Amino acid sequence: MRHLIRYVFEPGFFGSGPVHVALAVGTVIAVTSAVVGVFTVTRGQSFAGHSLADIATTGGSGAFLIGVNQFWGYLAFGAGAAAFMEMIGIQRRRGRDVTTGVVLGAALGLAALFLYLGTQYSSTTGASFTILFGSMFVLTSSTIPALVGSALLALATVVVLARVLLLSSLSPDIAAARGVPVRAVGAAYLMALAVSVALSAVIIGAVLSTALLIGPAATALRVAKGPVRAMLTAACIGVVATWLGIVLAYDSFYWPPAGRGWPVSFFVVTLIAGCYLVSYLRPRRENSEAPAETPDAGQVCSPA
Amino acid sequence: MPADLLRLDGVGVRLGGREILRDVSFTIRAGEFTGLIGPNGAGKTTLLRVILGLQPVTGGSVLIDGAPRAPRDASIGYVPQKLAIEPDMPLRVKDVVSLGLDGHKFGLRLPSRARRELVSDMLTAVGAQRYADARVGELSGGEQQRVMIAHALISRPRLLLLDEPLANLDISSEQGIVSVLARLARAERIAVLLSAHDMNPLMPVMDRIVYVASGRAAVGSTDEVVRPEVLSRLYGQHVDVIRVHGRVLVVAAPEGVDEVEAAAEDAGVVR
Repeated sequence: MRHLIRYVFEPGFFGSGPVHVALAVGTVIAVTSAVVGVFTVTRGQSFAGHSLADIATTGGSGAFLIGVNQFWGYLAFGAGAAAFMEMIGIQRRRGRDVTTGVVLGAALGLAALFLYLGTQYSSTTGASFTILFGSMFVLTSSTIPALVGSALLALATVVVLARVLLLSSLSPDIAAARGVPVRAVGAAYLMALAVSVALSAVIIGAVLSTALLIGPAATALRVAKGPVRAMLTAACIGVVATWLGIVLAYDSFYWPPAGRGWPVSFFVVTLIAGCYLVSYLRPRRENSEAPAETPDAGQVCSPA
Repeated sequence: MPADLLRLDGVGVRLGGREILRDVSFTIRAGEFTGLIGPNGAGKTTLLRVILGLQPVTGGSVLIDGAPRAPRDASIGYVPQKLAIEPDMPLRVKDVVSLGLDGHKFGLRLPSRARRELVSDMLTAVGAQRYADARVGELSGGEQQRVMIAHALISRPRLLLLDEPLANLDISSEQGIVSVLARLARAERIAVLLSAHDMNPLMPVMDRIVYVASGRAAVGSTDEVVRPEVLSRLYGQHVDVIRVHGRVLVVAAPEGVDEVEAAAEDAGVVR
C-alpha cells in the first residue's frame, strides 16, 4: 500500500508550495465552473461559453503584452464580450452564427499577434503556452485572492439565481408571466459565465477553458436526474479531474522527456472527456426509482 | 351575479403595423370553462399573452377582479404552447411542479416535508404521480401536459390559461387532459381558458366559447357562436357549419359561391 502511495504521489508532492496553491485554487475554480456549467448546458449556451473563451484568449495575450497578469485580460475581455452579446440580443438569431464566426476568427488572430509581439519583447517563451493551455504551478500569489473571490462571487450568483434560471429554461414565458426579470437574469448569468471562463482559462488555458465548464456538467446531466444532484455531481467530477490532473502532471516530471512535466491541462481535459465517454457506457434509465451505479469518479462522491 | 374574474374591454393589438386583434371583449367568471377557439394564426396566443401582461395592448383594457393585473400576481396560472424540453434538462417531474410554487424566487430553499406532500398531492390530482421521479424531458407530450398543468395549478390560481394543450396529442391523452381540467374547474372553482384550433374535444365541457378569426372575436355559448352567419361575419367570407354526430366542422365555401347568400346572412336574413 505504502509503495502504491509512494508510486502515485511522487516524493515532495505534499511538501510543495505551488502544489498546495494549485490544489486549493483548482478546487474552488473547478467547483465554480462545474456548477455554472450545469446551467450553461441546460440553457443551451455552450457555444456562448466557447465564444467567450476565444475572446478571453485575446484579452489574456493582450494583458501579457502590456505586462498585466493574464487573469485580468481574460476577465476584462470575457465580461466585455458578454455585455456585447447581451446587447445585440439573443433574439437576433439570423446571421448571428456567421457574425460570431468572423468575430471569433478575428479575436484569435489578434491573440496570435499579441503573443508574437509579447514574446519578441520579453524572452519568456513559455508565456504563449501558459495563455493558450494554462499553467497551475505558476499562479502568481498576488492574484490568488482575486481568483478565489471572483470564483465565489460567480458561484454565489448562480446559486442565488438557480431556481429562476431553471424556470426560465423550462419556459421564459412562464417566468416572465410570474414577474421574473428574464432579460436581467440572463445578463447576470452570462456575466457569471464570463467570470468562470476567465477562471478556467487560468488553470487549463484560454483555449481549453470550456472543457472544465461543459465537460463535468454534461457528464453530470447524463447520470443525475435532479438539479441539486446534477450540480453536486458536476462539482465532484470537476474537482476530481483537477486533482488527478495535478497529481499526474507532478508525476510526469519523471516521464519522458525526463525533467519537463507534462501540462496539467492535458490530464484534466483527458480525464473529463474520459468521464463523459464512460457516462455513455450505461443505458439511460427509464423512470426507475433508484439511480444505478456508474463507474466514473464523479459518482463516487455524489450523495446517495 | 358574481363579479367577473377576468374582463377584456375592446382589446386591440398591433404588431409591426399589422392588426393582430381588434376590439375583443369578453368576461370569465370563477369556475367557468371557456374554449378559445380559432384557426392557426388567428391571434389566440397573442390574446393569452395580453391577459398575462406579456403583450402590451394598443387599445382597450384587461381587468382581473376589476383591477389591472399586478406583476407577480399568482392568480393566473399559465401552460404555454409547445414546450421543447430537452431530455438532458435536469428537472424531474416533481422538480417542475415544485418550481410552480416558487420558481420565480431568488435564493436557496430548504427541502420540506410539507412541500413534498403538496407536490405529491398535485401530481395525484392530475394523474401524474406514476412518473414523479422521471426526467420531464423524457416524457410523452400528454404526460408533459399533465405535469405542466400541475406546475400551473400548485400556486392555487383562480384562472388557468392553456395555449393549445391538446395539439399533437393522441385521442386518449386528449380526453384525459380535458377531463382532468373539467374536474378541477368544477371542484376547485378554477376558471379555465383553453385555446384550441379544434373545438370538438371540448364540446362536452365548454361553458362558453370565444371564437377568434381574422383578429376579431365572437363570444357566447357554442349554440350562439358556432353558426354560419356569426362565423362568416368573423372570417369575412362565407363559411359553413356542419354538425355530424354531435361534432362540428367549420368549412370555407368554395370561392365565388354564396357571396349573395353570405351578404343576406350578414343582413340578418335567416334561412
